[in-house]
Amino acid sequence: MNRMSGSEALVEALRREHVEVTFGHPGGANMPIYDALTEFNTSPNTGKGIRHILARHEQSAAHMADGYARVSGKVGVCMATSGPGATNLLTGLATAYMDSSPVVAITGQVPTFAIGSDAFQEIDIVGMATSVTKYTFQPLRARDIPYAIKAAFYLAPTRRPQPVLIDIPKDVQQLEDDIEFPNTVHFPNYQPLPDPDPTIVKTIAQMVLGSQHPIILAGGGIKMSNAYRELQAFAELLVAPVTTSFMGKGAFPENHPLSLGCMGMHGAEQTNKLLPESDILLVIGSRLSDRTTGKIEKFCPNTKIIHIDADKAEIGKNYKFPVVSLVADAKAALTALSREVEAGMMGQHREAWVKKAHEVIEATVEMDTASSTLSGVETVKLLRKILPSHAIVTTEVGQHQMWCEQHYQVIEPRTFLSSGGLGTMGFGFPAALGAKMAKPDVPVVDIAGDGSFQMTENSLATSVEEGIPVTVVVINNRMLGMVAQWQRFFYNRRYSAVNLGSSPDFVKLAEAYGAEGVRVQSSAELKAAVAKAIRSTITTVIDVPISPEENVLPMLPPGAGIKEMIVG
Amino acid sequence: MIDDKQQRIISALVENKPGVLFRVANLFRRKSFNIESMTIGHAETPGLSRMTITMSCNYNQADQVMKNLDNLIDVRRVEPLDSRNATVRELALVKLSPGSPPTRPEIMNFIDTFRGSVIDVSTETLTVEVSGDQDKINAFITLARNYGLKEVARTGAVALSREMIPAETTAVW
Repeated sequence: MNRMSGSEALVEALRREHVEVTFGHPGGANMPIYDALTEFNTSPNTGKGIRHILARHEQSAAHMADGYARVSGKVGVCMATSGPGATNLLTGLATAYMDSSPVVAITGQVPTFAIGSDAFQEIDIVGMATSVTKYTFQPLRARDIPYAIKAAFYLAPTRRPQPVLIDIPKDVQQLEDDIEFPNTVHFPNYQPLPDPDPTIVKTIAQMVLGSQHPIILAGGGIKMSNAYRELQAFAELLVAPVTTSFMGKGAFPENHPLSLGCMGMHGAEQTNKLLPESDILLVIGSRLSDRTTGKIEKFCPNTKIIHIDADKAEIGKNYKFPVVSLVADAKAALTALSREVEAGMMGQHREAWVKKAHEVIEATVEMDTASSTLSGVETVKLLRKILPSHAIVTTEVGQHQMWCEQHYQVIEPRTFLSSGGLGTMGFGFPAALGAKMAKPDVPVVDIAGDGSFQMTENSLATSVEEGIPVTVVVINNRMLGMVAQWQRFFYNRRYSAVNLGSSPDFVKLAEAYGAEGVRVQSSAELKAAVAKAIRSTITTVIDVPISPEENVLPMLPPGAGIKEMIVG
Repeated sequence: MIDDKQQRIISALVENKPGVLFRVANLFRRKSFNIESMTIGHAETPGLSRMTITMSCNYNQADQVMKNLDNLIDVRRVEPLDSRNATVRELALVKLSPGSPPTRPEIMNFIDTFRGSVIDVSTETLTVEVSGDQDKINAFITLARNYGLKEVARTGAVALSREMIPAETTAVW
């Protein structure tokens, strides 16, 4: 038992969870926490301190924590004050929630006696965050804080990872109390996922072994469960081609002979067309969202779909009739399946199917086009060529993101981060900073659009002041390109509120923040700029002007079946 | 989607602590699940409450409700119930203002038929307590309109699983 303040208890509890970095912004209601952070970090007795990265907007702080979590596989921590600080976090928490990323958010709250009085900067963040978190805590005594932290770090990364919010009233931060640090927490209705049901595993193994035309559809669940190796081993054992959802991009090496690349709204046309020809589709760790399947009623009507997910509520949610379903962690499921498949292995009887899949794969590897001016597609392709396979790429949201889906081959685990579920413009740059904090020695590149980058471009200050060098490639069409594309396709070219004009000058903007800015007009210039930027000790913004008319193709129109793509 | 819309009852054992009702209600709102009634009271174990939730929905929707409810950290157990595998009761308080024409024995006869009891009387009104399954309450209220129906307060269904259930009816819905 120790006598200490709530804030000190919080910082000590974070240290016990091996937190090395937090991302946040101080304000009136969380000043005691920031005071304790400083004291903790300057005390000779505390060993390695907790680094705090000062964001310029709380949304960015949450994205940084999210990016850190996605790259490191650890919990990302962000902090904000009450009221506007807390509400600014929400977009970041919602982003993490939709993509199943383990983020812990710690917000200050007005003192307990003022709660409910509409005090200055009071907001019911617990109520507001409930829809975008796995759980929320509001400790009302300092002695409850270590339990809340322990519980948050237990809940956030386990089963299906999701954010957890801890809202601490200011007086609870300040008051001294008798503090104990629990080693475990117990939630009767929340246990780690049990081992996969062996009977169901056996059934699935028999089905895939007996199938003539199997396809594996891997989702983001593979990444969250760190099942990269297990997926590859299983696919190779089965000799089954693998496609991924957008969130699953990178779950399977995209240069692997069995990789069909991404499917879905902007997936590869040949892959989308091959899917309904499968007799078994083994879906692992994907919620089969509208962006992945197109109109669900038209999705592979003659295919038997097997659905494996860590979250039982995903079974039957979007796709109503899986022939078999298994609630399990992806890694455990794939390990068990491999064992079963190995035991029941029969000779190769899928040569024709695999050959057909190979033809699909080859069709999706496009020729290089020689062009004097840079296009969005070429920029992305070129980046793939220049960047080493271990480089981490984040994206914003829009056309550039979909060009990345189509043309940026992801090879190594945890090297591609994007907001797929919520589609949060402004995610990529702060997430890149979080990624760089997790892997300081790896080049990190935010492939951005000019519209999205403007949502969180003030994180340039953070990157410069905190010394977190990343590269931002702004694929700049001076448009909200994806909206403009939809207006071209579905609104008879009636452009509405999509023209961004020539402001800002991204080179000058970067320079104003003390970062490097460079504009490139050709492939050669882009190559040189990227090569320099990824070695630089300072963040570089590379502005790549492209045509405002370039589309992302192919595309599955909303509400269309998986085979009904617009190709040009 | 198979349209097998019917009334379904979900019984949930939940932690009795602040915010639980909010989380459950928020889940229903967020997922666009429609509740007909919800009752909450202390359960047999201190610290736990039992929620009885009545919905009119198809199987798939109910399945989603069950799974999502069970995903809530504060929900201990979720059980599907219906009149075959559970006893279901609802209580209603019905205030009547019969005026002069109908005679007192006639009203008392009506109340007795439904095994109701008069729990409050004033010069102008009487309040009747009646309990039973939903059909009975509905019938009582419909007929009560002939006797000057004034106000109704209903609890919504409460339900408990039966102990003796023929095997083929355990899989409800």
